[in-house]
Amino acid sequence: MTALAADTFTDASFTIASDTDSDAGGWMLKLDGAWITQQIGPVDQKLRALVLPAQGKAIIEIGDVSSLDTAGAWLIHRTELALIDRGVEVDCRSAIPAYARLLETVRANDAHCPEPPEPTNAFVAMVERVGRATVDAAVEARDLINFLGHSVIVLGDSIIRPGRIRFTSLVHHIEQAGLNALPIVGLISFLIGIVLAFQGAEQLSKFGAEIFTVNIVAQGVLREMGVLLTAIILAGRSGSAFTAQIGTMKVREEVDAMRTIGLDPMQILVLPRLWALVICLPLLTFYANLMGLLGGAIMATVTLDLTFFQFVRQLSGAVTLWTFWVGLIKAPVFGFIIGLVGCYEGMRVSGSAESVGRMTTRAVVEAIFLVIVLDALFSILFAVLGV
Amino acid sequence: MSAAPEPALDIVIRIRGLRTQFGANVIHDGLDLDVVRGEVMGIVGGSGSGKSVLLRTIIGLNAPTAGRIEIFNQEVTNATDEERRAIQRRVGVLFQDGALFSSLTVAQNIEVPLAEHTSLSPELRSEIADVKINLVGLPLDAANKYPSELSGGMRKRAGLARALALDPEILFLDEPTAGLDPIGATRFDELISELRDALGLTVVMITHDLDSLNAICDRIAVLLDKRIRVGTMQKLMADDHPWLRDYFHGPRARAAMNGPKEVEQG
Repeated sequence: MTALAADTFTDASFTIASDTDSDAGGWMLKLDGAWITQQIGPVDQKLRALVLPAQGKAIIEIGDVSSLDTAGAWLIHRTELALIDRGVEVDCRSAIPAYARLLETVRANDAHCPEPPEPTNAFVAMVERVGRATVDAAVEARDLINFLGHSVIVLGDSIIRPGRIRFTSLVHHIEQAGLNALPIVGLISFLIGIVLAFQGAEQLSKFGAEIFTVNIVAQGVLREMGVLLTAIILAGRSGSAFTAQIGTMKVREEVDAMRTIGLDPMQILVLPRLWALVICLPLLTFYANLMGLLGGAIMATVTLDLTFFQFVRQLSGAVTLWTFWVGLIKAPVFGFIIGLVGCYEGMRVSGSAESVGRMTTRAVVEAIFLVIVLDALFSILFAVLGV
Repeated sequence: MSAAPEPALDIVIRIRGLRTQFGANVIHDGLDLDVVRGEVMGIVGGSGSGKSVLLRTIIGLNAPTAGRIEIFNQEVTNATDEERRAIQRRVGVLFQDGALFSSLTVAQNIEVPLAEHTSLSPELRSEIADVKINLVGLPLDAANKYPSELSGGMRKRAGLARALALDPEILFLDEPTAGLDPIGATRFDELISELRDALGLTVVMITHDLDSLNAICDRIAVLLDKRIRVGTMQKLMADDHPWLRDYFHGPRARAAMNGPKEVEQG
């Protein structure tokens, strides 16, 4: 309340004296120093521990206090209340009008907020959480299937009438999701090719069958690794971006504005993104396959003393055309699923910016989960078909 | 330019020759402003005139390109961290939508500055938070609610309670009544006025609300042509700068000054 710098204040303090001025036996609390938020820490503990008189009269003298704020006033008021509780008559003396006014303000605003609710039993809370999560997952699965149906209709419609696809938007998303992903997809596939070749050579050399390293690299990359890694990268790069973009538009009510103008968000936002991933993922997978084989070839020539031509000859014996197709057929399906989950979670964003972040995380996790589940289903399917 | 303050007045904020610039875009140029202890100063200006930038510059969120800003006679633009913290303890800020921490309850939000800047016991912190919640007129059960469970008006009150946590001497408010319904806005104005009297605050508020200006501001600072023109409402109304004329003599201004009936008749 004064212009002094905060660190020049003296600590709040008090002394107890018997009041000699008036009624005999009176109890007097004389306050001194600065009773402000910064300085009342120690005095708070002392006041709590103070033995108060059981009856009679008490005087709280605050005239000598050098400065007072609401926290200090609260301490005075709290002490006053404690005395009144014990049946003591309290007289609060202050010569300074500003102090009296502040005390009055604090007195008028004394009320206890309810205690924060007790945390529930940990076991009960866990059961509750599991239950909620189960119900949420079921609801989400239903809604996702609903969205899947809607998307398939829109997608099918766009095949019959390709004019419906927004071409500019499609090209933009192909550039974002496909072209711009080339460096990271290429690098990771190349490194995985190297790892497969190295691990394969290490194990197979025990049997003197090093040459079959080429088979491992070829089968591994073409059937599984190429497409799976590309899908996971795209789920992290593009699926999350879709959720964030559409989610931000939802937060700013742009999606609602579209509807009122008569534009269908499914057509404008979802369709180009789905098509972009369905087109890009096979192309990126093809590229990832090449880079993976290249990585394997380089590692094989370095560790196995194979020439590049020996590698290629072994490769042509190790794979059939179907090995290649088995990987590539999965790509558009994975692309569709990643786009679907990304757009679906984006459309589910509501209200706050916080939910954009939450949904984005969820989109990535769900997309990767679904991709791997689908990959397992494909494996079973191909095993049954014998390819 | 700025109203020449009488020498006896206790000036808590003194700005001299402030220049703020983003790239080639000059926001303030040669801006002077004095804020006197105990007054409510309203800052007005057209959209994009740099009201919020000025506020952010005073509270140290923006570095000025040139000029001096003194708070409690302490130059802030080149203050040490220690000096800055000392000033922060004596200044409270209410951002436009309260800017409450969303992962904390209202009571916990109010306790954040107390926990950071003081060594008070948790019980006392909680008691002080209770007093502040009452002081800003929040219902008691708001204490344990999260910001997302509150209405816009309640979030502002909770933000105000947090700004008041350390009993600041200066309170900065960024459009405190924006987004409130007229009843809520009037109550918020009254609250600020009451708190100013009860706690001896100095208030600097950005506002577009002519009712607020009329009701609680002692002086008004208008951002015009990258500088500030300060005066009482009467003095500024007599000014013949075109922007001021439009601002204070438009239909909205008349409504705020006279009450709605007379406008309908006129």
